[in-house]
Amino acid sequence: MPFILPFAELEVGQHLYWQLGNYKIHGQVFLSSWVVIGALLALVVVGTRKLERDPRGVQNLLEFLWDYIRDLAREQIGEKAYRDWLPFIGTLFLFIFVSNWGGALVPWKLIHLPSGELGAPTADINTTIALALLVSLAYFYAGLSRKGLRYFEYYVEPTPIMLPFKIVEDFTKPLSLSFRLFGNILADELVVAVLAFLVPLIVPLPAMFLGLFTSAIQALIFATLAAYYIGEAVHEEHH
Amino acid sequence: MTSWLLLAEAGAQEGGLFDLDATLPLMAVQVVLLTFILNSLFFRPVGRVVEERESFITTSRADAKQKLAQAERLESDLKEQLKDARQQSQKLIQEAEQEMERLYREAMAMATADANASREQARREIDAERDQAVTKMNASADQLGELIVSRLLATS
Repeated sequence: MPFILPFAELEVGQHLYWQLGNYKIHGQVFLSSWVVIGALLALVVVGTRKLERDPRGVQNLLEFLWDYIRDLAREQIGEKAYRDWLPFIGTLFLFIFVSNWGGALVPWKLIHLPSGELGAPTADINTTIALALLVSLAYFYAGLSRKGLRYFEYYVEPTPIMLPFKIVEDFTKPLSLSFRLFGNILADELVVAVLAFLVPLIVPLPAMFLGLFTSAIQALIFATLAAYYIGEAVHEEHH
Repeated sequence: MTSWLLLAEAGAQEGGLFDLDATLPLMAVQVVLLTFILNSLFFRPVGRVVEERESFITTSRADAKQKLAQAERLESDLKEQLKDARQQSQKLIQEAEQEMERLYREAMAMATADANASREQARREIDAERDQAVTKMNASADQLGELIVSRLLATS
């Protein structure tokens, strides 16, 4: 190795383990997720401290975000039910978006951990599976609470032939959601890290910009698909 | 350099990319909590403000539309009144002109009649005087003639 920079080092699949009773958790994921949550809460608290009819400062940004998320939810879930799911979709979008961008923008490598390294919380499979399972629970709950047991008619519509496919879908939905997000964010971090490892100057920049773009798109895709699944579950067939 | 590739593949004893543990449920709980917190701190208050503004704008716009309609109605009303007033004044002028014409004719006719009458009277008076004069003259001539005849008879 001709030269090695202190922060151009790759550690993949290593975790900072915290022991919690009998269970182990990934400390670095929680640390960075707390930073993300803290940033979100700070933004929200600052922006909603003084809400006015003529918005000023951060309130503009928050209203823009709210409007954006509302349009997303309304388009996918439908006029009738979107209100109940707006906070969930919005939280997913904001959490994933801030996580992804935080992972790409914050120089985590300057902070040394005993093991593993900080990064986007969404680059850990546990986080993405947790989010995807929440989406699954959410759409089951949405369908059952809105339609009761009639929700299961959805599995045999338009024909009973669809039954096995729809059952398989219930498994593929969280699988694809979690692995898409996980893969994209991890791959992006790896590409940037490898490039930075090989050529520490300038060369990683295009990959970083691409990473920012992918990160935003992935957050949007996750939120849109979650809303779409919920919308599918609460959709009323017109007989 | 190759160590991370090996680690990514292996991850056998501890760690690895697909290392599922209690992080998963805890993260889920964390996200659910975040959902509730953001709902009460962000989505509900901001939604209320935005929707209040939207309804404010809708009602203001409806108000403005109503006022505009009212103004337009008033304008057309006033225009109608103005037209009426113009027509009325036109009619008044016409009537006045006709009246004037009539008065003029009447006055003219009266004056002409007056003039005719006084001319007629004057002529009649003249005629009467002439007749009188003629009869007087005739009488004087008769008298004179008789006088001449009597004188002549007396002398002869």
